[in-house]
Amino acid sequence: MNKAVPVDASLEQAIGRQVHRHWLSWLVGQQTFWVSMAALLAFVGLTLASDVFATQQNLFNVARNFAFVAIIAIGMTAVIVTGGIDLSVGAVLVLSGMVIGMTMNTGMSIWLAVPLALGAALAVGAFNGVLIAYVGVPPFVVTLGMLSIARSLAMVLSNNRMVYSFGPDQPALLALGGGFVQLSLPFVDPVRIPNPLIFLLVLLLIASLAFRWTRWGRYLFAIGGNERAAVVTGVPVKAMKVSVYMFCALCAGLAGILEVGWLGTITTGLGQGMELTVIAASVIGGANLSGGIGTALGAVIGAALIEVIRNSLTLLGISTFWQGTFVGSFIVIAVLFDRLRSRGANE
Amino acid sequence: MAILELSSISKHFGAIQALTNVSLTLHAGEVVGLMGDNGAGKSTLVKIIAGNYPPSVGTMTMLGRAVHFHKPSDARSQGVEIVYQDLALCDNLSAAENVFLGRELMRGFGPLRWIDYRTMFQRAGELFIELKSETRPRDLVRRMSGGQRQAVAIARTRLSDPKIVLMDEPTAAISVRQVAEVLSLIRRLRDHQIAVVLISHRMPDVFSVADRVVVLRRGEKVADKPVAQTSPEEVTGLITGAIATA
Repeated sequence: MNKAVPVDASLEQAIGRQVHRHWLSWLVGQQTFWVSMAALLAFVGLTLASDVFATQQNLFNVARNFAFVAIIAIGMTAVIVTGGIDLSVGAVLVLSGMVIGMTMNTGMSIWLAVPLALGAALAVGAFNGVLIAYVGVPPFVVTLGMLSIARSLAMVLSNNRMVYSFGPDQPALLALGGGFVQLSLPFVDPVRIPNPLIFLLVLLLIASLAFRWTRWGRYLFAIGGNERAAVVTGVPVKAMKVSVYMFCALCAGLAGILEVGWLGTITTGLGQGMELTVIAASVIGGANLSGGIGTALGAVIGAALIEVIRNSLTLLGISTFWQGTFVGSFIVIAVLFDRLRSRGANE
Repeated sequence: MAILELSSISKHFGAIQALTNVSLTLHAGEVVGLMGDNGAGKSTLVKIIAGNYPPSVGTMTMLGRAVHFHKPSDARSQGVEIVYQDLALCDNLSAAENVFLGRELMRGFGPLRWIDYRTMFQRAGELFIELKSETRPRDLVRRMSGGQRQAVAIARTRLSDPKIVLMDEPTAAISVRQVAEVLSLIRRLRDHQIAVVLISHRMPDVFSVADRVVVLRRGEKVADKPVAQTSPEEVTGLITGAIATA
């Protein structure tokens, strides 16, 4: 009996001991960190190589352009974390954009048109989610079908016309997507922050908190880690799946509204092929396509890196045909790097 | 009083008779080894106790009251927990998150609610100390040994203060050292007056930890006796049919 006491004490110590890891070693273990470094490096290099890059106007454009992809990449990351995929985001973006375009074109108030557009996106997400969770069709197949269906619905809705007049509330819509907030800072020129970037930052904050601190967020990771374990421990897996596809579609719908506001016009070609850029942003940002791993911040930085590459090629006078090569290489390098790192950790 | 009493349980799936007239009594703080060849009806019996499906014939009583389980959560709410053969753990989550999976502790302010990691880590740490397992609540399950993973799965059953823990082949695919760890975890559960049903193919494990051994053959119970009154040879004979009953 007396002997048991010291054993227990040492055990308690062993269990209570925090993993003594330096914050620096934790940091270098994060893919998000390396991608941020790459983006920063590109940023510095471009500032030196091009007079135009670091100008207020160019940075404003870069920030606005990447915000659309980044907003959807946050939703995509949530889907990828559960082990799924959503190929329909580009089509949902144009559907949502077309709903707001057509309804405002007929003179409807923006206060009604925005909920309608987001509602259309949510309906598409719910449809995807129910087929995936309750009927058991693979996500790749369902969303591949939806990619076709949603774009076709946008064409039916508009009769494949270009829409550029948005009724009495047109200025409000254009301000929503194309406007900016002027931020006055001491000692430097006022900084203009494009509205889509503000939406992105708010969404990033909400998603990051939700992923870590809510049941909903933790269940995403549990489902991606071991779906059967989630089922037997009472996680509502089916409802969770429906909700995550709705969340992703909502992000795409929001991006659609903002993009229409920025462009001031909408055609049914908007967002074509965008799903691949969005998935690339998520994967470069550390989301693992087999599920269970990913961060919202990583997705945003992945999207930023892609846009910086695109922008730099233009500025440096390199043919934009090279863009795919660079982005593609980054996807492969990011995943390879992750492989090497996890192999190193296992040994 | 018996914690669980099964009387004359039979189960058939269509034309297949999986269990015939099996009666079984479980007492608090008792470890029962459930043995039998593949297809002998071990899993069927355990799934009936765990509420995966109801028996075709027969009755179940817990502490003298008749119970009817229609789904696993019915059984869980009555104090029956199960440790699955594959442990049902999420590799990408921490030990504490796995222990509390589906039953996360929340705290909040006004309408806002968020996960209370601090208390979860603390409670999980207490459970691991209780199980005498050197498992750190913050570590990811991916980096854990087989014995630690078992501890996480068993700690999960301790959350609800269960009366019965069913363990499906817990020692099937782990190293010798880890088997010893798992067997001591089972003894910990017994010390807390929990009845443990251990399904296993491994004779030495059953004989080292169980108080009683029950042998099923082709859906019928052919033996139910204290470990002290039998031997591995006899049990092998009972499993294969070389010995008819004991």
